Amino acid sequence: MFEIRIHSRGGQGGVTAARLLALAAIYDGKYATAAPFYGAERRGAPIVSFVRIDDKPIRIYSQIRKPDMVVVLDASVMDVVDVLQGLKAGGKVFVNSQQKKTFSGYVSSNVDLTGIALKENLVVSGSPILNTPVIGALAKMGIVSVESAKKAIREMFTDERNVKAAEAAFREMSA
Amino acid sequence: MKKIATGNKAVAEAVKQVRPDVIAAYPITPQTEIVEQIAEFVSGGELKSRYIPVESEHSAMAACIGASITGARTFTATSSHGLLYMHEMTNWAAGARLPVVMANVNRSLGPGWNIWAEHTDALQERDTGWLQVYVSTVQEAYDATLMAFRIAEHNDVLLPVMINLDGFLLSHIMQPLDTIDPGDFIPPMSLPHAIDTKNPAGYGGLTGPDQQFRVRWDIERSMRDAVKVIEKTQEEFAKRFGRKYGFTEDYLCGDAEVIIVAMGTLGKEAEVAVDMLRQEGVKAGSMRLRWLRPFPKLNLKGKQVVVIDRDYSFGRGGILATEITAQTKEQVASIIAGIGGQEVTYEDIADFVRHRCMGTEFWFGVDKYV
Amino acid sequence: MRIRSPPLQELDTIAEIPKEEYVLKCTSACAGCSDSLALRYVLKAAGPDTVLVVPACCTSVIQGIWPNTAFNVPVYNIAFGAAAACASGMSNAFRAAGKKTNVIVYAGDGGTLDIGIQAMSGAFERGTDFLYICYDNEAYGNTGMQRSGATPLGARTTTTPAGKTDAKKDIDAIIAAHDPPYQATAAAAYPQDLFKKVQKALTFRGPTFIHVLAPCPPGWRYSTEKTVEMGKLAVKSGMWVLYEREYGRLTIGAQSKAAMKKPIPLEDYLAPQGRFKGIDAKTVDIIKQRIARNLARLAAEEAAP
Repeated sequence: MFEIRIHSRGGQGGVTAARLLALAAIYDGKYATAAPFYGAERRGAPIVSFVRIDDKPIRIYSQIRKPDMVVVLDASVMDVVDVLQGLKAGGKVFVNSQQKKTFSGYVSSNVDLTGIALKENLVVSGSPILNTPVIGALAKMGIVSVESAKKAIREMFTDERNVKAAEAAFREMSA
Repeated sequence: MKKIATGNKAVAEAVKQVRPDVIAAYPITPQTEIVEQIAEFVSGGELKSRYIPVESEHSAMAACIGASITGARTFTATSSHGLLYMHEMTNWAAGARLPVVMANVNRSLGPGWNIWAEHTDALQERDTGWLQVYVSTVQEAYDATLMAFRIAEHNDVLLPVMINLDGFLLSHIMQPLDTIDPGDFIPPMSLPHAIDTKNPAGYGGLTGPDQQFRVRWDIERSMRDAVKVIEKTQEEFAKRFGRKYGFTEDYLCGDAEVIIVAMGTLGKEAEVAVDMLRQEGVKAGSMRLRWLRPFPKLNLKGKQVVVIDRDYSFGRGGILATEITAQTKEQVASIIAGIGGQEVTYEDIADFVRHRCMGTEFWFGVDKYV
Repeated sequence: MRIRSPPLQELDTIAEIPKEEYVLKCTSACAGCSDSLALRYVLKAAGPDTVLVVPACCTSVIQGIWPNTAFNVPVYNIAFGAAAACASGMSNAFRAAGKKTNVIVYAGDGGTLDIGIQAMSGAFERGTDFLYICYDNEAYGNTGMQRSGATPLGARTTTTPAGKTDAKKDIDAIIAAHDPPYQATAAAAYPQDLFKKVQKALTFRGPTFIHVLAPCPPGWRYSTEKTVEMGKLAVKSGMWVLYEREYGRLTIGAQSKAAMKKPIPLEDYLAPQGRFKGIDAKTVDIIKQRIARNLARLAAEEAAP
């Protein structure tokens, strides 16, 4: 089982990113679940959501304590939350950032998703949309296939700019 | 058709396929998505039901009752305080022998305001005459909702059915969902006592001490008859659509020396704990209770039983544990865990078994293992 | 937005009251009961394609003991606070099935002004196609006369043994705030008027309301043969006003118009009733002032362009 924890702020699309990722994994022929950890629905508050991907049906509902990967959609969350908590040794960390971030003992990578979203004019209510470009970056890392990633995005969004943004993130991915 | 959906959306999808004539509902976290999705189906013309946006849950159930007695198929959904608020009317629906189907998204009770999973809400409806099923996956939420209509409306039953799904843990999780065309699996509703102005009758009027017990006995008789109807419905569902369900879902129970009994998502996660325990050499099994009413005969002979209750009856104990100790002479360890969404992992569940102290009650997070 | 439809038929003449009986001769009503008297005319006006929805009230009792029923239309008994919600489900189900069956809530004042007000408000707000009739005996009658929101100032009940210190709740104004296509007041003592109003109400699509004064001999403590007289005294004294409000347009009934011009003394209405026994002059004065204010308000509304 591959377990991913996504850190974001309320309203940034962390929950949707988890859902897209699970859908893409299912299109890859795997089993997947996406679970938000819900509190009161407050914009801007740090939130986490979880994705589990496996070859067998998934029977776990509790939160992910030892993720294989951590995805940070908003780097400012790292000031208030220990995003590395429980991350398995040698696990992956992806941060939405212009600057390269390195975390010793982990495989680190980054892409400027915000920049990509702004370039594609993917902005809703003043906030850049991060949930579709991040799927492109994760596809590059081999979490899901590119074809399934695009299919999942098209299933959930009609605006083709979302696919373009995912493709841009795929290209810009450093790793 | 294969897709991905939340537990809430799965319920709404099933409702869309069963096409109730009247849906009356009031939103409440974490059930709201069901109501929103149904409202969208109705406004988009995908679902030709009358949708009544009532001003309270009490009225939601009253409206379902008023519609149902005309012979109409009805559905509502609620959670927690909404369920408690309609308590008077849930009794009425069962007493009036109306096959209303309701999804209840299990949630804790206030105070304080807690929106997370707990079964105490539905268990406070235990004695109302409703059939109750507890589900553990998005697919099961969908399948159980479809089957609920057929079971409730079966003329050997004619009692309302409540489908219970854990708040957030299941209502908001995304899992694969395979939707089906139920076709004639759910026959048209035929209510033998439907209102007919050409043959007027009085319903639910004054009933004296010489009659009331007969009316109540009739509910009990139907509850007993419901066992066969549930079995047959689940059998036919498996035959037609390939997914098998029982009164319980048993996992490695055959040779088990200790069996975990739980409901909902905890009952599913218990299977992972069983796998861990088996690797340690503990002969564990899991029996996830699906139907609470009618309560099935559980095969626990010769086993140690670890019951996990995500609920509590103050002054008595875990409600499921109480039900099971009333049925079996086997030793029971009662665990109270998951109250108000308290995080319980498969590792915690394995611990409950490793440290099981038969004949006692253990509040997870409060008591210490000895 | 509510779509306002015109009445299906204009009732310009008083229809002959049908001979068919829907309240049969075996009710368990008290002698002199004006609930059953009113209901007799309500059902004559509504006809056989009608379902009554009845919350806990005197009518739950007078229909008889299961498995018998004294009413010759289907009666659906429902919990105290749930009548309007139940009716809204029923009406929607009938309409979904293409049936025009009349859905009539027949509720007491407790089930309307007190415990049932939320469900009723919701059903009116949602434009439910039904007729809500509140028969008002100004207290919880079948349980032995406890106060309700409809009990008038100064009246003794078992829970206001020294006389009620609060005024009667103005349910008609509350209904008017929902802007239904039709609402009316009536009295069991004027069956022709009641019959006509029920027939008219049932021609509208949407929620309609009729508030019927239903004097109660044991509750109000007057002798049974005076039931009709008591209703007439209420109207003649101005304590009860007969009117209709159609699409917001108020018309005061002829009987009340006459009473407005030349009312009988209020004391003539209060004196025969045991519930007002020992009422002090100050309270009577307050009631008189309230009556005057109510009549002036209604007259002004009717006169307004």
